[in-house]
Amino acid sequence: MIDRTSTPAELARHLALTRRDFLRSAAGVALGSTLLHSPIALAGAAMKRRKVVVITFGGGARDQETFAPEGQENIPHLMREMIPQSTFFSQVVNRGILGHYVATASLATGTYETFNNFAAVSPENPTVFEYFRKDLHRPASDAWVIAPSNGFNRIGESSHRSYGPGLGARVILPKHLLTAATSGGGSDYAHLLRDNYETPFYTPELAGNEFELQQLAMMLKLSVDDFKAHALTLSSPDELSVYIARQLMRQVAPSLLWITMHDIDIAHAGAYSLYIDGIRRTDRLCADLWKTIQSEPEYAGNTTLFILPDFGRDSDEDAGGNGFQHHRTGDALSRTTWMMAMGAGVREGVVYDRPAESTDLVPTLGSMLGFSASLSQGRPIPELL
Amino acid sequence: MQPTDLKPEQFNGYPPEARKLAANYISALRRLPLSFLPSLLREVVEYDFKFPVERRAVENELANLASLSPEQLKNWFQGFAQIHLSSQLENSDWVNAPSQFVEQLSAHLWSTHQLDAFRAAAVGYAERLRAAAPPEPPPIPRLGIAIVGQGVAAYDAPLFRKLRPHGAYFNHVEPENGLAMLLDAVGARAKAHPIPYAHWYIDGGQEARHAPALTCVSYAALQPARAALTAKMRAEIERPGMGPEALRTLMARMRPEDLGMTAATGEASDPVMERFQLKVLTESSGTQIFATTFAQWTAREALRRAQPLTLLVRFAPRQRQRPMNEMISEGTKPAELDPVGSLVDADFGAYYNWLNQQRLPGAEQSSFVAWFEGHNEAIAIGPAWPRGAQSNNVTDMKQLLG
Repeated sequence: MIDRTSTPAELARHLALTRRDFLRSAAGVALGSTLLHSPIALAGAAMKRRKVVVITFGGGARDQETFAPEGQENIPHLMREMIPQSTFFSQVVNRGILGHYVATASLATGTYETFNNFAAVSPENPTVFEYFRKDLHRPASDAWVIAPSNGFNRIGESSHRSYGPGLGARVILPKHLLTAATSGGGSDYAHLLRDNYETPFYTPELAGNEFELQQLAMMLKLSVDDFKAHALTLSSPDELSVYIARQLMRQVAPSLLWITMHDIDIAHAGAYSLYIDGIRRTDRLCADLWKTIQSEPEYAGNTTLFILPDFGRDSDEDAGGNGFQHHRTGDALSRTTWMMAMGAGVREGVVYDRPAESTDLVPTLGSMLGFSASLSQGRPIPELL
Repeated sequence: MQPTDLKPEQFNGYPPEARKLAANYISALRRLPLSFLPSLLREVVEYDFKFPVERRAVENELANLASLSPEQLKNWFQGFAQIHLSSQLENSDWVNAPSQFVEQLSAHLWSTHQLDAFRAAAVGYAERLRAAAPPEPPPIPRLGIAIVGQGVAAYDAPLFRKLRPHGAYFNHVEPENGLAMLLDAVGARAKAHPIPYAHWYIDGGQEARHAPALTCVSYAALQPARAALTAKMRAEIERPGMGPEALRTLMARMRPEDLGMTAATGEASDPVMERFQLKVLTESSGTQIFATTFAQWTAREALRRAQPLTLLVRFAPRQRQRPMNEMISEGTKPAELDPVGSLVDADFGAYYNWLNQQRLPGAEQSSFVAWFEGHNEAIAIGPAWPRGAQSNNVTDMKQLLG
């Protein structure tokens, strides 16, 4: 039992243990510390070059709406289909700034970035894409980011003097693409163009390494008309992102693909039902992407998928916040999240409750793919290597 | 500038009552660390527009600070004293713009990884203050009422799931004239205990007929102010260089008259309520566009600030989700409503109303009722009701209120 005098570390530990218990009972996973490492996992993947897909379970969601018994109905695909196939870390702590752009940038650099969340700036530290491309001499087409909000347009590469321009990922902003395809008009598409729920009145001007409209045809093999026609069948910005991701995987097959979901962040508007809708949609879209990974010849069998939130949301108990609506208090619930890894090289049905940090992702990817995340603050996660 | 350099004339920009208060306690203010003082001045500067219970809390806090010995002061504020501030913060005009200072301090704490230390200092201070100057117990037990589900003909999923463990769930409530009966009940409490701002009625739609003694806020009545606000926002975001922080600063500086919220000629003006309603619209997220968010947030702020003895909140259907730019535009055709989604919002909002009521003094004696409007389902929480119980008996509103 936790009480008001518990330290943040104690609260985080409690959350992790609770989350683990939920998973053990609901998804039938084993406690990781009881298992030995197995060399068989990558045996089938040795034939093809390894690929990694990272999905940020965007906007942040709390246990009570996801992994707690009352929340599991909102994530049926994660619970029933994906977690039994994954290694799950139940205590991933984010010690950085809890704003979506700066936190996602911190995930991508492995360093707690400290820039203004609402500024259109590049991360200060090298991103995973730059480490990957520079160390492994990969072309620009091998690392891509699909980002939800126009404010994320500079996440592909840092301002670090040893890395930076020319070494980062290509960034697709599906909403920007759709706006361009419809020439800024077309109210039929407006539902796909929601942007920046935290400050709904603000959309930063675009600059930097953005995807150009003409590349729609060249890279994704999509005509503007086909793109517009398919977009009409979608219901949210994240669905648009997943559609683009599938097209990208099919046509370009990058080895490092980063997809940031954002629909859940509608919670900032204070409507609980829309927040829950966002979680359910994100759950479904994660499963859709996993199916795509398994069915696309370039990805099947050689791809490791990571899913993790950038952070959580405020607890109901903290009077300083307003529960699910925001992530402003910095309490343990909003800082303590989870991560699941599945696919090539990953043991299935295991849960670890030891503490890890959000910044551990990038050095772990480095160890998996063979680059050095030398400036990251995190450490490789041994259970995944 | 440091707090030790404070001079009475530096408060000349404050409203009259706030100026007097700050000048009276200037010796105490000079002894406080800069990482703390602007948070207190943010309350002081609003003193003229505060509810009575808030005024007494500020007065008690200042009196307590003035009474602390140097040794006590050191113990109370050692956590704050260890917070490192930037020179930019130290040089800002924190006397006249304490809210902006606090906002910038928040960003500074996040970026310098001092947030946890600040939180610990703040929690420790609040606990000491609560022990030294305990909050006033309410003169009568509080009563909270949430009415949810307006416009929903049928709903099959379980309601009040978050509240049920704390009280008794009823599934045979007689719904006839339920709204009027509940409003009459809160009106009767207002008449029996005529204390300013102690009895509230918040409506997420059009307010129903109610006793004049109730402090009433409604989404519909604020429609002109909401329209004025969103029009201003649209105009501002089109200006080059306007970012979210500049926008927030601009909203923080708005006055009721900027949104046409002042009383019409011949009507009594209530600056306290005008300022309260302004803040509901300008300091929150979603209250401008979603009626359910408006009702929940207004209730939260009423409970936190005015600490009412009675609070009835009637949720109403919000507009269906659309792109944000569309929702902040005042179109000519009425917005399509989402009654079922609004019921889910309101169900959770009712839980938050109860949580926030329970944070107030006298929680163990407080009661709370939530009712699915026009239907048979309700939950009653309070000393008279067993926890986690269910009643299948026919029940009327009077019985629910105990």
